[in-house]
Amino acid sequence: MISFFSQPWPWWVAGPVVASVMITLLMLGRTFGVSGSLGTICNIGGAGKLAPMFRYDWKRDIWNLLFVGGTVIGGVIAIWVLPSGQEIALSEGARESFGQMGITNGYDKLGPEALFGAAAWTSWQAWVVWIVGGFALGFGARWAGGCTSGHAITGLSHLQWPSLLAVVGFFGGGLIAAHFILPAFFG
Amino acid sequence: MKYLSFLIVGLVFGLTITKAEAVSWFRIQEMFQFQSIHMFGIIGSAVVFGVLLVALLRKLGVKNADGQLVGEAPKQPSVVRYLAGGTLFGLGWAFAGICPSMLFPLLGTGLPSYLVILGAMLLGTFSYGVVRDRLPH
Repeated sequence: MISFFSQPWPWWVAGPVVASVMITLLMLGRTFGVSGSLGTICNIGGAGKLAPMFRYDWKRDIWNLLFVGGTVIGGVIAIWVLPSGQEIALSEGARESFGQMGITNGYDKLGPEALFGAAAWTSWQAWVVWIVGGFALGFGARWAGGCTSGHAITGLSHLQWPSLLAVVGFFGGGLIAAHFILPAFFG
Repeated sequence: MKYLSFLIVGLVFGLTITKAEAVSWFRIQEMFQFQSIHMFGIIGSAVVFGVLLVALLRKLGVKNADGQLVGEAPKQPSVVRYLAGGTLFGLGWAFAGICPSMLFPLLGTGLPSYLVILGAMLLGTFSYGVVRDRLPH
């Protein structure tokens, strides 16, 4: 039983489950979107003093914090209770490109040790990735009015053309970073 | 009771995308390199199921827990905010190999680096709020 759940889950299981999560939240009268919780946390932290968009009663967003809190617990269960113990079954081409960035092992983890593990604390490149990447994600998500979950899953499922534009932006920006910025930064 | 349901739905989401490796830096880079169907399969099948289920619920006139018709409200019509904000988000997505949906389950690794990224995301969110009126939307 445990070994059945601890092996890596295939994409054709995860996709329909994600759609069901989105539908369940709709039935509960809420809209699936993770980055909105970042705004809620800003609100609770007093950001409304400097930015009017965070000036509202945050209690209406408690559900959002419970939802992301639940995803942390889900991550803990997946990582500590149900580890597969296997390397991620990456394609040869992807491994080759990681090798050019100096990443040749640690595929049993969710991210490279050099970027997210203990060794990363003394790497200036890791700090740039954390700060610049995180800042762009937080800023861009609010500017676009949503992130991968809000636009790519919820918005596209409702055939909303603004979400299609946002997803075009997500992938356009992603391709630029993956093909031009990352190789130059780590190469 | 309703609050508990949000926690449980979140747990299912976090567990699923972590077990399916959708929170992995490696899988995100592999996606942007078009080296595997894995991430496209997850997002693509979620959207296909989502489109079908939303259409079905709307056709049946199903109401949500608040007694209103199921479905997301139409988004603000605009081009620049979605393309500009989306592109900035995408740059961060591939540069850090992470997105907000992935970050929260990754906090479960216990690695403090993900807390630094959470702090940077909050700073970005807050900064957008400060300069929002000066940006095109």
